Amino acid sequence: MYKIQVVKELHSSEGKMVLDVDISVKQGTFTSIVGKSGAGKTTILKMLAGLVKPDKGSIHSGEEIWFDSDTRKNKIPQERSIGFVFQDFALFPNMSVLENLKCVQSEKDEKQIQELLSLTGLTGLAVCRPDALSGGQKQRLAIARALVRKPKLLILDEPFSAIDQDTRIRLQQEILKIHLLYNLTTILVSHDLTEVLRLSDYVIEIRNGKILKQGNTDLFFSNEGKTDQFRMTGQVVNLFLRE
Amino acid sequence: MDYNWQPLLLSLKLSLITTLLLFVIGVPIAYFLSKSKSSMKPLWESLISLPLVLPPSVLGFYLLLAFSPNSFLGKFLKEHFDLSLVFSFEGLVIASVIYSLPFMVHPVQSGFQSLPDSLKEAAYTLGISPFNTFIRILIPNIRPSLLSGIVLSFAHTIGEFGVVLMIGGSIPGVTRVASIAIYEEVDSMQYDVAGFYAKVLVLASFTILFLLFLVNKKYKGKII
Repeated sequence: MYKIQVVKELHSSEGKMVLDVDISVKQGTFTSIVGKSGAGKTTILKMLAGLVKPDKGSIHSGEEIWFDSDTRKNKIPQERSIGFVFQDFALFPNMSVLENLKCVQSEKDEKQIQELLSLTGLTGLAVCRPDALSGGQKQRLAIARALVRKPKLLILDEPFSAIDQDTRIRLQQEILKIHLLYNLTTILVSHDLTEVLRLSDYVIEIRNGKILKQGNTDLFFSNEGKTDQFRMTGQVVNLFLRE
Repeated sequence: MDYNWQPLLLSLKLSLITTLLLFVIGVPIAYFLSKSKSSMKPLWESLISLPLVLPPSVLGFYLLLAFSPNSFLGKFLKEHFDLSLVFSFEGLVIASVIYSLPFMVHPVQSGFQSLPDSLKEAAYTLGISPFNTFIRILIPNIRPSLLSGIVLSFAHTIGEFGVVLMIGGSIPGVTRVASIAIYEEVDSMQYDVAGFYAKVLVLASFTILFLLFLVNKKYKGKII
């Protein structure tokens, strides 16, 4: 269980905003955080990763304390078992696909690299630089790289926003496969509600730094659970089976 | 024609040492400035950029006062390190480093600013230490900016005149660099000697720049 109870004052173009959330994420679940731009979604992910320091509160990963303002404990990102996929992928441009993966390994493990390349369909592109990859391939590499350290928690910050519709659907399937295969706890930030519905077990809606609503995906999108911000219309024709 | 290679070699030596020191000092300063959100940042930036707008003689004058044996710094260096910076090669190096600092810091700072924060953040979440992130990820991705900094610092130092004259004077083999030698030869109507120094300086500067850009082009070719 990941417990995130944090408070942080944020400064946006619309003025000051206090991010104040209390989120629990169960081990092995796929949780999505939705909300308007500037609601504080990415900041929550960055605080979880140790990239942004909360003003107050605590972050726990099971029994492990990652952050506690009372005891002034703050684990650096390098010591947290996370894989973070950034919106812009953040691939290292000076390194090839292979080097992007190898540079993360503390000990050489050629087998693991080949496995990840094969899993993400990048084996034939191992010597290419990120510049030469398509949007989908870049995303696959970012995911493969995030998995090198065998993290328990996978954080995805709007990973599909720069990808075309067809590739997006294929990648969503792949992410779901990886989530199940590696028994990961995954947290996704997204604007796309169809994507959230397809992938998530649990959905949290954030507005102006506060949790507006949360619940299991079915309940979240049901009429009883609707909010004035998100209302699903139409019909979902395909849901992916989980093995 | 009465010429020797000493001023040219001295210029080359001064430029190489200055550029090397500027690389070591300037890159961390540039990184600090690119990331700083301190209210003091404009002050640091103004101080570093001052040599861009100050006449070299003004900078040279203040450095001369600071390095003189009667000043606090001059006395301290003499007493503790037996070092006198006025009219010495060491003094020239320090003056050159201060004088050319903005030429290294500005392009490298722009380079760091152009990198997205996510590059550093991704490296941290992947377990890469801040030092390794800096050396293996940030530095290689601002290579063109580093090259600009190196070229500008080198060229600026080789062409230095006012500051060198104020701090070092013209002691053959110690502070008489090529630009001073050219000025003195012209002053004493020895145009052929001045012409020789000038030609070698142009040729050497061009060759160094050409090689640097050639190396950069090859590197770029490899990336893509």
